[in-house]
Amino acid sequence: MLQGQKNSRQSQVTVGGMPTDYVRADSAERYGLSAQERKHSTAALLTVPVTAAVALGIHLFVAKNEPPNESRTYTIVLGSFFAGAIVAAIMQRWWPALQTRMRRFRPLFTVGILLLCVWEIITSGFRMLPLPYFPSPAGVVQSMINDRGLLFDSTWHSLVLLLSGYLLGVAAGLFTGVCIGWSSPARYWGMPLLKVVGPIPATAWIPLAMVISPSALISAAALIALAVWFPVTMLTASGISNTRASYLDVARTLGANARYLVFRIAIPAALPSIFVGLFMGLGASFLTLVVAESVGVKSGLGWYLSWAQGWAEYGKVYAALVIMAVFFSTIMTLLFKLRDRVLVWQKGMIRW
Amino acid sequence: MVASSLRLRDVGKSFPAPDQALTRRPVLETISISLEAGELVSLVGPSGCGKSTLLRLIAGLDFPDSGELLVDEEPISGPSAERGLVFQDPNLFPWLTVRRNIEAGLAARGLLQQKGSEVKEFMRLVALEAFADVYPHHLSGGMAQRVALARALINHPKVLLLDEPLGALDAFTRMRMQDEVLRLWQNRRTTMLLVTHDIDEAIYMSDRIIILTQRPGTIEQIIPIALDRPRDRSSSGFLSLRSEILELLHFAGNRRSRVTA
Repeated sequence: MLQGQKNSRQSQVTVGGMPTDYVRADSAERYGLSAQERKHSTAALLTVPVTAAVALGIHLFVAKNEPPNESRTYTIVLGSFFAGAIVAAIMQRWWPALQTRMRRFRPLFTVGILLLCVWEIITSGFRMLPLPYFPSPAGVVQSMINDRGLLFDSTWHSLVLLLSGYLLGVAAGLFTGVCIGWSSPARYWGMPLLKVVGPIPATAWIPLAMVISPSALISAAALIALAVWFPVTMLTASGISNTRASYLDVARTLGANARYLVFRIAIPAALPSIFVGLFMGLGASFLTLVVAESVGVKSGLGWYLSWAQGWAEYGKVYAALVIMAVFFSTIMTLLFKLRDRVLVWQKGMIRW
Repeated sequence: MVASSLRLRDVGKSFPAPDQALTRRPVLETISISLEAGELVSLVGPSGCGKSTLLRLIAGLDFPDSGELLVDEEPISGPSAERGLVFQDPNLFPWLTVRRNIEAGLAARGLLQQKGSEVKEFMRLVALEAFADVYPHHLSGGMAQRVALARALINHPKVLLLDEPLGALDAFTRMRMQDEVLRLWQNRRTTMLLVTHDIDEAIYMSDRIIILTQRPGTIEQIIPIALDRPRDRSSSGFLSLRSEILELLHFAGNRRSRVTA
């Protein structure tokens, strides 16, 4: 009868204050590891350090083809991978949380390091790809380090622009979405506008935005907001108008007024749908950010990317791509974390 | 506890036919019922006879085409916290914990500050204190329905409308819940109108049973239950009432003439 509840309580208690053995068993179970798999760990433990050592060896072997500067930097990078892997392999004996995490990510790390090896072999090793378009990993790391000031600055500018545009778009989208979803006059007038204007990609407004707006930065923020506004409005409106009628009926027989119905019933009920809109909006905002920065705005990662391309410094292009990957996926992860917090009441959610 | 009387005079209600927008199908016709304050009355009838529609009219969620509905001789103008409604599906708000669900009635009326202390009492009443901070998807059907009852009761409704509240429960849970509802009713003496498919439940619980005909629903018969409480489901009085009502329901409709024989 209460199976789910009992289980979740048990695990809460376990994480709270039980002996470490207990925690270890619990987290190992969570990642689907059997007792047998846990036993075989000594050989498996060495996978990542050995792979890192192999990568280091390959690098030192092909280093003669690379500029000494880059070579030294990349040696340090791979060396610290190796050292880190060794330290982690030793530490995990006394640190169960690290152990389960390592177990989970070992195949990923191994393959990741092997891919770096392949990259280095076909670039520095055999020179199979034309320069300057395909630099070696050492070249990319070196560009990243050389240009760290500008890269940091660009990331910061992108973050400010992205957040201001995204938050503006979310606020506007939630407002229009709730109006369209709740009131039928708003739906009558709002839906046609939404249907006609919404599907236009925000970047298509760039020519117009350049003419109207006093500054490129403001117009870029407005374009990002527009890109976010459409999916957020659409999914908020559909979430609100699909609120189960019986929730509203119950609330009305409990004495709820219109304000309570909108803010305490319809909006919470629409939250799963609203979050879908927020995710779609976030994707659209990344796209619009990069395009707007490479067209009009004179700062940010998008600008850096096209600037580096203009000078044919492809090492910097890849560096910017790596930073973008980390930057965007961090923001995406934060939104997922927020959703997991807000929607704890939902059954069976997809995890990021 | 204050209860209200309930009077329905010639109430009729029709809905647009699903296929033709212009014609309307009557669902209820000339329903006249009168409930004294503190009475527990059951509504029994074939499915589709408009029992739920009748409850929605009394709750104020819908309006009748004809006739009038009076609570304490005042016409019903819309939903009110004085008339609580519990559905077959508990309809708990899934985004609120058990405690917050029960509080919802107070929160909706802005009385949480004043009357927040009562929440505990109502959780005790339905024996759910241990589950205060649990989300509804962890609850079993019977527990969820108890939360729904507590949520409706916290407003101290003068009339409690129950739309097959125990219909989705298994037989044992249902019998236990019947006793719980009876206990609540005996403690609080709220006027209760219970829609049910279960004839045993109707006989076990109510002061009177109103039997409705097939659509459009009209009143077929009103049967007073004079058995002493607590009632024995296997006593001869119980069983003879049961077969009387079964017969009524079975012949209700096109072969009505044979019932009187």
